Amino acid sequence: MSVWIVPAAVIFIVGFGIFKKTDVFAVFTEGAKQGLKTAVSVLPALCFLMTAVGMLRESGAVEIFSEMVFPLFEKLGFPKEVLPLALLRPFSGSGALGYYEELCRELEIGSFAEKVASVLMGGSETTFYTVAVYYGAVGIKNGRNTVPAALMADIAAAILSVFAVNLFIPQ
Amino acid sequence: MGKFFFAAALLSVFVGAASGRLPEVSAAAVGESTKAVELSIKLLGSLCFWSGMTAVAEKSGLTKILCAALSPLLKLIFPRLKNEEKAMGAISMNVTANLLGMGNAATPLGISAMKELSRMSGFSKSATEEMVCFVVMNTASLQLIPTTVASLRLENGAADPLDILPAVWFVSALSLFVGITAAKTGFFKKT
Repeated sequence: MSVWIVPAAVIFIVGFGIFKKTDVFAVFTEGAKQGLKTAVSVLPALCFLMTAVGMLRESGAVEIFSEMVFPLFEKLGFPKEVLPLALLRPFSGSGALGYYEELCRELEIGSFAEKVASVLMGGSETTFYTVAVYYGAVGIKNGRNTVPAALMADIAAAILSVFAVNLFIPQ
Repeated sequence: MGKFFFAAALLSVFVGAASGRLPEVSAAAVGESTKAVELSIKLLGSLCFWSGMTAVAEKSGLTKILCAALSPLLKLIFPRLKNEEKAMGAISMNVTANLLGMGNAATPLGISAMKELSRMSGFSKSATEEMVCFVVMNTASLQLIPTTVASLRLENGAADPLDILPAVWFVSALSLFVGITAAKTGFFKKT
């Protein structure tokens, strides 16, 4: 089924645009230019954070920490290689993206661990950044139960990714 | 972020020195930014393509239709905003932008929704229940097609990079449910 979704979405968006007499090509290229700007604008942050994450990874500190926390996740069948990604995800979008890319290259695509990493990456967001931006914008000092609730959602996402890969993706 | 970098670098040097992996740490400090550039280039195409597609969806009015379709569901999550057209409008635009993966559009829309909620609360310094729910929604991933993940998987040789889609939807929906429930039940609630 999944092989149909993207082509269908693309055809539908363009078809609807033509039906509504939108100048599809002009609007598309204008929007794509925005995408180009986004890619360029995240690059400085990527350089900064990937260097920090890369140093941590190479020093072995991430493995040591994962080793410490791993027993908590082991019983759930959580793949060890993916644990640093799950721990990084709520804190840094660019850091997690860099780590994920590394995993994509190192793990065999289609392996259980790679799928869990991909599902986790696709099914969660950068919690702390979002909280800081939204509350910062309107001067909220006391976020009450926001962070605990959001982190509960993140933990749920990590546990559910293992479950979802087993349930939905034929091995 | 500066503090994070400082702590991470310091820790790496300590651990690296202890485990004899200082050369690798040094190599990462020198070369990791090149990888950041490579990653940006890898993502450039799909970012351009999907930004273009979402621009078409917005211009043709498709985004507005999706928005209207969402409003019954949002009224369930925000029952007290039933008659607050402005706040509800901003929230549904934000959710639509998130669903379509329009990250850059979602944030400004989300901030204008927050401004609306803040005005309703009399510019309180403490988050209202609606704000907590709304922010928690934004910390969960609502994106229907995870294009970044798909393009990196394709890059690394996946035959069907979107075979994970049902699993991603399952995880997004259930973790969102967990988040909203935790936000609403006042579990951990501090006043």
